[in-house]
Order: sequence, then structure tokens, then C-alpha cells
Amino acid sequence: MMENIVFFGVVALTLLGAFLAVSLRNVFYNALALVLCLFGVACLFIFLNSEFLAVMEVIVYIGAISIAIIFAIMLSTPMLQKTEAPQDRLKTLRSFVIAALLFGGLFKALQKTTWPAAGVDGDYSLHAIGRLLLTGQVLPFEAVSLVLLVAIMGALLLAEKK
Amino acid sequence: MIPELFTIILYGTLVILFVSVNALFLVWMERRVSARIQLRRGPIHVGWQGLLQTVADAVKLISKELVLPSESDRFLYILAPMLVFAPLLAAFLILPLGPGMVMRDLNVGFLFAFALTNITFIGIFIAGWSSNSKYALLGAMRAVAQNISYEIPLLLSTMGVVLLAQSLKMSELVAAQNSVWFIFLQPVAFLIFLCSSLAEANRAPFDIPEAESELVAGFHTEYSGMRFALFFLGEYTAIFISSAIAATLFLGGWEGPFLPGAVWLLIKTYAIVLVVMWIRWTFPRLRSDQLMSFAWKVLIPFAIVNVFITAVVLELQKI
Repeated sequence: MMENIVFFGVVALTLLGAFLAVSLRNVFYNALALVLCLFGVACLFIFLNSEFLAVMEVIVYIGAISIAIIFAIMLSTPMLQKTEAPQDRLKTLRSFVIAALLFGGLFKALQKTTWPAAGVDGDYSLHAIGRLLLTGQVLPFEAVSLVLLVAIMGALLLAEKK
Repeated sequence: MIPELFTIILYGTLVILFVSVNALFLVWMERRVSARIQLRRGPIHVGWQGLLQTVADAVKLISKELVLPSESDRFLYILAPMLVFAPLLAAFLILPLGPGMVMRDLNVGFLFAFALTNITFIGIFIAGWSSNSKYALLGAMRAVAQNISYEIPLLLSTMGVVLLAQSLKMSELVAAQNSVWFIFLQPVAFLIFLCSSLAEANRAPFDIPEAESELVAGFHTEYSGMRFALFFLGEYTAIFISSAIAATLFLGGWEGPFLPGAVWLLIKTYAIVLVVMWIRWTFPRLRSDQLMSFAWKVLIPFAIVNVFITAVVLELQKI
């Protein structure tokens, strides 16, 4: 009973955050709404009994990525900018089509994957993820670290050229 | 459902009560420690040894007017102090006070508390941005830039301990220190943890975000009354929580002879808090670039080497 109330509250919060992130006209508010949405997703992970993923969602997505976005906004726009960018119909349409395609692709992939039923109690994601990253999934893991390395070097190169 | 709701409310009330008393005590302690170091006497007149001085100050702060800057973003301006303070309350969930005496013994353990501090960074950003003041904005940007750089050595330094205990659970971390405290096995990690948690709490010598001489007061320049007090309550609660986590990770947590576990945890925690205050009143403030190079060129390499050596030694012991 109480669980259900909290669960639907969290779902509503996540959807509200996602909606505000794309609909508000002030770019700083968009970033904050994104934080709200990501926090909702982290709460949903707790409902799935995966505290580790919830904590990582907060540390990585709120603590690093959202903060990087907010930094970029603060450095590039004047404080409390009141002027709002005019709505561009073509842009809206374009992003809607891309988002629909992405959603369709993800939905297909979700349907095709067979999900192993969780047979054990408690949170085993920490050990399972650790083992998988160094055995079965080592290639994607290394590929991602290579991408990150390239991104760091690119950022250094951009920052060096004055 | 009803008993569960009742315990949640009870725990919440106890935590809020403890946080308020703790902040009042720490402010008094800070003033007494600083007075002793500067050969002054500090507050001694109100109550025994001046203990009630901070209560008087708190009453004054509550009765003060809440100023709202006219050009500020009203909603975010009011939200920011709550966002800085509220997540820290949730961190009390994981503090173990004795055998089985922990509200939630999460599998992720202390990582939960570190994740929550990330939400306070967003609160600091909002405070700086919504005040619509240059000083507040600069202070907020410095604070967050500093916090996210020091988060890396903070998390890396705990990994050595986690490798030794083979768990992130607070109860198992305490149990693993039954024979010897981790501060003796991981002295480097303890130093890195202490430095990084000082920087995370924006304490001197890492208090660039609130450098009075150049930034007035940092991200809370425009705040007054109880909203200002909430930032301070948050700062002192953060110091307490990071010290309590340090006591649990490196000093054996609640374990100790004769006295109950909660008392031992408090003794160890306040001992670390005393060291933190001692450092604040002894060292001068660092410059911004020194701060960043210290994190990236000293703390992070040492933390990585520490994790590496711990892992290698553990593997060699198995052979």
C-alpha cells in the first residue's frame, strides 16, 4: 500500500522532471529539471533492489554530468537571463522524430532481450557488475575507457589553443 | 504499515534533534578551540564554560528578518538552503552505533552518504545562481569545482579499506577491524581521506569558496537569518558525518571496551572533528591553483598507488 503510493510518486516525479527538462524556456531550469528526472530514476533503482546502481546514478549522472552541464551554462550565459529563445517549429519536429526513432529502437531491443528472473534476495549487483566488467564484458569496458581517453585528450587540445 | 511509519517519524525526529544539538556543540567547540590556539578565552559567560552561548546565537538567528534580494529567483532562492541541508539528514541512515544498531545496513554502505553529498553541490549551485550576485556565483562555482575534484581522491582512498574488508557494508567494515584498526594498515589512505573530506566540507585550509577577503562570504553572501543558518547547520553536519565515516572506516567504529558502542563512536568522531578544527586554525588558506594541483598531482596519484599496492599485497598473501 505505502510502497505503491511512494512508487507512483517517484514515477510521477521522474516524468515531471523529464517533461520540464524539455519544455521550460530557461536553460538553467532545464538542467535542474534534468537533475530531478535523474534523481527519480535513481529512486526507481532502489525499488528494483539495486542500491548500487541507484548510488552510481546519483554520483555519476547528478554529481558529474549534470554539474558539468550546469557549469557550461553558468560560464556561457549571463546571470538570470530573462530573454527566452523563440520556439523553432522545425527544430521541435526534428528532435521529435529522432526521439521517436530512438524510443522505437530501444523498445525493440527491450522486447528481444530475455531478462533473467532475479532468483536471489538482496543486492548482488556490486559483485556481479565487478566480475562482468573484468570477464565477459571486458571489450566494451575497454572501448569506453578508450573513448574517454580520447575525450580527455581532445579537451586538453581545445583548452591549449588560446 | 502504521508501526513502520511511526519508526520512520521517530528516527527522523531523533536525527533532526541530534543534528541541531551537534551543530550548537560544534560551533561552541570551534570557538573554544580557536580561542585556545589564539591565546584568547572564547565564550565563557553564558552557561557553564559558555555552553549556552551558541543557543543564544541560534535564538538571535531565528528571530532575524529573512531578506529576499529583489532581483533574485524567488523559488530557487528559497529551495537552495533546503537542498543543501536535507540530503545530509538522510546520511544518518547508514551510521552504525553498535552491533545491529544501524537504521539501514545498506550493501553500498558509505557510498550512499557520498552520493547524497552530490545533491548538496546542486544546492550550492542553485544558491549561487539564484542570489543574482557576482560574489555568490563565483563562490558557488569555486565550491563545486573544488568539491568534484576532491571527490575522486576521497572515493579512491576508501577503496583500500574496502579491499581489506571485502565489503562496502558499514557493519562488515567494523567487524573487519576486530583485531587491528585500518588506520594502521592504511595510514596513507587515512591522510588522503582526511584532506579530501576537509576540502569537501570547504574547511580551511581549503576554504577558498568562502574566502572573506575576496568573495565577501561565498555562495551564501545574500542569505540572512535562518536560511543562512541552514547552510551552517549543513556545514557542521557534513563535518560530523565525514568524521563519523572516517571513524568507522579507519578507527574501528563503535568497537571499544566498557562503554556502549554509540559512546565510542561519538568519542572517536569528536576526536577527528577536533583534529579538523586544529588544522583550520593552524594553517593559512591555500591559493585556488595550489588547491587544484594538490588534488590532481598529489592526492589522486597517491590514492591510486595505495589501491594498487593494497590489491597486490592481498593477492600475494593468498599464494
